[in-house]
Amino acid sequence: MSCHEATAVLDPPEVDLTPVPPGTAPKLRTVALIGPPNCGKSTLFNRLTGLRQKTANYPGVTVDHHSGRMKAIGRNDLTLIDLPGIYSLSTYSEDARVAVDVLTGKMPGVPKPDCVLLVLDSTHLNRQLMLAAPVFSIGLPTLVLLNMSDQLDSHGGKIDTLALAKELGHPVALISAAHGKGLDVIPDFLYRAGARLDDGLRPVQLPILQSAASCRSWATQVTSRTNYQSPQASLWSRRLDSVLLHRVIGPLIFLAVVFAVFQVVFTIGQPLSEGLGDVLTNLGAHVANLLPDNWLRALLRDGLWNGVQSVLVFLPQILLLFLFIGILEDSGYLARAALIADRVMRAIGLNGKAFIPLLSAYACAVPAIMATRTIENKRERLATILIAPFMTCSARLPIYTLIIAAFIPNRMFLGHLIGLRAMVMLGLYFIGFMAALVTARLLNSRVMKAANAPFILELPQYRWPTVQSLGLRLYDRGKLFLKKAGTIILACTLIVWVLSVVPVHVTHQQVAATATTAATTTTSVVTFSDLGNSAVGHLGHFIEPVIRPLGFNWKIGIGLLSSIVAREVIVGTLGTLYGVDPATHSEGLQTALRHDMTLGGAIALVVFFAFAMQCTSTLAVVRRETNSWKWPILQFSYMTVVAYTAALLTNIVITHLF
Amino acid sequence: MQATALSDAKIGTTGTVDSIDLPEEISHYLAHLGFLPGIRFEVLRHAPAGDPRVYRIDGVEVGLRNETARHIFVSSDKKAAA
Repeated sequence: MSCHEATAVLDPPEVDLTPVPPGTAPKLRTVALIGPPNCGKSTLFNRLTGLRQKTANYPGVTVDHHSGRMKAIGRNDLTLIDLPGIYSLSTYSEDARVAVDVLTGKMPGVPKPDCVLLVLDSTHLNRQLMLAAPVFSIGLPTLVLLNMSDQLDSHGGKIDTLALAKELGHPVALISAAHGKGLDVIPDFLYRAGARLDDGLRPVQLPILQSAASCRSWATQVTSRTNYQSPQASLWSRRLDSVLLHRVIGPLIFLAVVFAVFQVVFTIGQPLSEGLGDVLTNLGAHVANLLPDNWLRALLRDGLWNGVQSVLVFLPQILLLFLFIGILEDSGYLARAALIADRVMRAIGLNGKAFIPLLSAYACAVPAIMATRTIENKRERLATILIAPFMTCSARLPIYTLIIAAFIPNRMFLGHLIGLRAMVMLGLYFIGFMAALVTARLLNSRVMKAANAPFILELPQYRWPTVQSLGLRLYDRGKLFLKKAGTIILACTLIVWVLSVVPVHVTHQQVAATATTAATTTTSVVTFSDLGNSAVGHLGHFIEPVIRPLGFNWKIGIGLLSSIVAREVIVGTLGTLYGVDPATHSEGLQTALRHDMTLGGAIALVVFFAFAMQCTSTLAVVRRETNSWKWPILQFSYMTVVAYTAALLTNIVITHLF
Repeated sequence: MQATALSDAKIGTTGTVDSIDLPEEISHYLAHLGFLPGIRFEVLRHAPAGDPRVYRIDGVEVGLRNETARHIFVSSDKKAAA
């Protein structure tokens, strides 16, 4: 009879997910989801919780904490905690330490789980079962879910789940998280665990498993006793590899893929971002017209709305990049790309996995830094995060094009093949890349001296990416970006805006004076004197002695300060500054700059921008991804010092030459 | 049966892992990917640049640089030349 109870768990009838009425299991509150990397754990997590999940960092570590109510299976009363993907509970890695702390209830702020869902990839059970013994030893009710049952079936593998459940002393079920099959065992198990029903399985005395080798031999014994047959290797995956990793064709396809990603992000993402920016500007202007003209409107439009806008315009490019990275990763090609790129990346002390993030950084460092999550090694991930902002992102292009158009003659070389302006532009891309390279080497010899992390890369079988998983990924990353980076960018934008209008009493007097005459007020328009007399203006004058050696005047200084929010802001600021100056206001910005700056100063300015960390979004994301202020502050200081030195040298050399 | 470094085994070689001489943190990670004494392996292919190479271990394909594979010692089924 007890045996029959077990089979009810193991072999559920093919019915839809029947919700268990809440309240029947009052004791159960928290469920932990654990499994090795690439076992399909995240897919299952999404299946069980739907889109209502919370992402945060565990205190003091860079490991993400995902949790959500198990709404999708009708158990809104239960919180599912997604633990990091780990191979074992040995505390070699930060991830494993977090998992152990959560499972044993030692993680501050996280309730001790009442039961565990252990997800294992059924196609590699010998290896995956190594995690089972240490998880069982924690002593929580555990349901073993053998995922990817569809692949096990279609490639001729098999397993006796009932025998396995008896061997393990815990209920076992075959599921397919990707196709949503077999998941109805989960509410059943939760009901039983909550009601403390006997699952009919006798507890099994597990051997004490200290080393990986003993875990492994135990796993092999268990699988051989339960008639486990691993599936055949997919032939077409191998055939595809013989093309995609071919000595000649492989790198060519690789370059084509890289080029295509680049091209699409620029040709579709850039106009989308600009279009969105225009729409948002118009929307802000329309709404602002409906509001009374006072300081509140200025705060809302110039402070808050501009901040919102500066965050939102990044979204199209970020989502596009993540769509591509998602397709590459889910299909299995990303691992092959890493294998191909490894040789080149090794030369700068990084590994192949850093290639895609660094490539993404040419569009925008923000998604690039978020994409470094595919690099498991923490130190290499950190190095990649630290050098990514040196890649020439699209936000640098407005100031580059402005200065080049204003100062570089449109001269052609080699029979109209190469233009001087294009060469200068390419040169700016090149120096950014070189700075990244040198920095990586420096980090390699200093920070990461002791690391010496090996490159170990699992090559998954090729798979079609599913729309659901891509959609979820975009949703997740988009939300993460808007929530975390958004709040910090918003705060910084507001601070800069406030600094650009204080001291407030000046603005107030203007309002009082004009309100009586009912004329249009000037408070919302940033006038020259306002900016010059504002805190930012004073700062501009204050830092002028520091930036004068670079060939910059105080207006450029204000531009530099305002561009700390985002690089492209400098063009707008300079436009405002020169536009309202009586001496230059009839001239275009290019002409005005030509009259106000030397060639040395102008080139020094773009060189400064090539190296400087003028981007609060990036700083915010670095803060988020490293979970500390130390790295963004260090990065900002380092890049500013490099930028200052390079700009100073540029100004001196060019002034002497011409 | 001849003990050689995994990095010296030619493409197509099959055999068994003998021992791993790497720092514990790395060998622990490798062990959970299947690099343990007694486990069967096959040298599948190399990356276009020749290094890293792809090994099939325990039904899974794993890419390793030669600098790592040099410290994994194996017995080849056929007598593979070093």
